[in-house]
Amino acid sequence: MASVTMDGVRKSYGSHEVLHGIDIGIEEGEFVVLVGPSGCGKSTLLRMLAGLEHITAGRILIGGRVVNDLPPKDRDIAMVFQNYALYPHLTVAENMGFSLKLAGASRAAIADKVRPAAEILGLAHLLDRYPRMLSGGQRQRVAMGRAIVRDPQVFLFDEPLSNLDAKLRVTMRTEIKNLHQRLKTTTVYVTHDQIEAMTMADKIVVMHDGRVEQIGAPLELYDRPANLFVAGFIGSPAMSMIRGTLAADGQFLADDGSRLPVGDTGRAREGQSLIYGVRPEAMQLGGTVPLTVEVTEPTGAETYVVGRMGGTPITGVFRSRIDVRPGGTLDIAIDPAAVHLFDAEGGQRLTA
Amino acid sequence: MTATLETRAPRRRRLGRLSESRNGLGFLFMLPAAVFLLFFLTYPLGLGVWLGFTDSKIGRPGVFIGLENYRWLFDDPVFWLTVFNTIFYTVFASIAKFALGLWLALLLNRHLPFKNFFRAVILLPWVVPTVLSAMAFWWIFDSQFSIISWSLMRLGVIDQPINFLGDPWNARWSVIAANIWRGIPFVAISLLAGLQTIPQSLNEAAAIDGATSWQRFTKVTLPLLTPIIAVVMTFSVLFTFTDFQLIYVLTRGGPVNATHLMATLSFQRAIPGGQLGEGAAIAVAMIPFLLAAILFSFFGLQRRRWQQGND
Repeated sequence: MASVTMDGVRKSYGSHEVLHGIDIGIEEGEFVVLVGPSGCGKSTLLRMLAGLEHITAGRILIGGRVVNDLPPKDRDIAMVFQNYALYPHLTVAENMGFSLKLAGASRAAIADKVRPAAEILGLAHLLDRYPRMLSGGQRQRVAMGRAIVRDPQVFLFDEPLSNLDAKLRVTMRTEIKNLHQRLKTTTVYVTHDQIEAMTMADKIVVMHDGRVEQIGAPLELYDRPANLFVAGFIGSPAMSMIRGTLAADGQFLADDGSRLPVGDTGRAREGQSLIYGVRPEAMQLGGTVPLTVEVTEPTGAETYVVGRMGGTPITGVFRSRIDVRPGGTLDIAIDPAAVHLFDAEGGQRLTA
Repeated sequence: MTATLETRAPRRRRLGRLSESRNGLGFLFMLPAAVFLLFFLTYPLGLGVWLGFTDSKIGRPGVFIGLENYRWLFDDPVFWLTVFNTIFYTVFASIAKFALGLWLALLLNRHLPFKNFFRAVILLPWVVPTVLSAMAFWWIFDSQFSIISWSLMRLGVIDQPINFLGDPWNARWSVIAANIWRGIPFVAISLLAGLQTIPQSLNEAAAIDGATSWQRFTKVTLPLLTPIIAVVMTFSVLFTFTDFQLIYVLTRGGPVNATHLMATLSFQRAIPGGQLGEGAAIAVAMIPFLLAAILFSFFGLQRRRWQQGND
């Protein structure tokens, strides 16, 4: 176990800079998820941490030691790749014990390490198989087993679940989380899936265009997104965003003329151009805000309603069953305390 | 009337059954290709084998004489010399082509500037007609005007030109050098294609697992490349063993048969020498060697256990 610190880390390919100074502190034993849309630089950052990419500027520390110029093998890390990167010509046991064999461990010592790891992951009966004979989920487990056997300071995961089907993804998500709770090894996990980030992380780092947008606990990010990007990225269905200004009476005046309630105006000034953000579950039935229904999606427990307010698309989720035809109107109420106000110019959060 | 009806009905039934059965249909569809192969491959091969059992000469059909040609060859020191030459030529040229080709492929697999340009240039020796490159080597190995001799004399390493093609051992090594030059592109490009099927992440995983670059090569790259190496080297050995053009242009088998290969000797005896039967027998004598090479690769090529299973 070790802490990880990234200090002003930059990456350029030629004159093209892809990471613009990343500062992240990861504590011992923490499970940190780097999340962001594709091309945001999260995988590059992870590869720089692993030593597979050169660090253009800044420092990366693992356990207080600067690793900038250390080759991957000397960083005491283990990585699980998106395509698993299992050695096809080696059996499951050989794959898991490969690093120990390279380190010159005896056959018995390797078996002593591989066996318990295989048992944790439910691979004990597959040790003599080759990767080709395994299912996607089993391969995923072997890749994790290979990492566990090394007993590293830090686990790195690079979108490990994106090649699995939806159901298996949920199972593996739980397994990885269980594994972390059991081993308590510092983990850095990269994904583009905000649900994975929300469900697994102790701490989420939201990245966008080579910058860190916000760092925080999952619910902190959900409840108090620092800017429009995080607000739109975290949460599914996404937060609805309405353009407008703050009226003199402290209410929000949307561009289409409708008035919406605001609890805390924070740093927002009257007349300032704003974005009004409201999460789907902050709406209730029976209020004064008319919503023109476009689609209703009953999921059983809840009903998703996609509609429009003026020209703006709004998504709401309601606990009760709703029977409104497309084109009909649904009157809703918005919880003023759950409203987020953002500066329309810079996208920064204005609500406290 | 009734008779014809009776015979026609079963025939139609048989055809119908044939078109319904998988194997029958498969056989039907394979027929054109089979006829083609039979005519253009089996017939010439069969004719060659038959000629080897006759005393045919050019312009005279000849009669069956059994194994007499082979008995004659068995006691012919020139024939045994060519067998030695051919094996020597094949072994050394193939090993060198493999080693240099693999090295070149590994270099080309890196991120080089002008990568595609280099990959195209590499193919040149293979694209140029053999006769043309052989002529070039003829000049390079010329006893008086050789650029190698000239350069070495200028540098003061030697004081008289090297007799590349006039001395038996010099000639053997010279034709091998020419063959290596010509054969490297095939090996290098095929192995490069093989290298590119190995995912980069395997190398990265090995690097994280603590492998040095040499260990990554021997423990990851090489094992994953073996199936392609087996195919490429089989072809390379077959091409080298049956080489004809290069020798014929460079040395015609000389000096004193030192570079005569089985293919050139066969041609020499059959066409200029007129002994069709004997030439054919020499060619047939190559078959066991070629079969051995193919069998060797067949067992080398068999899907290893790790390659089995679904993807």
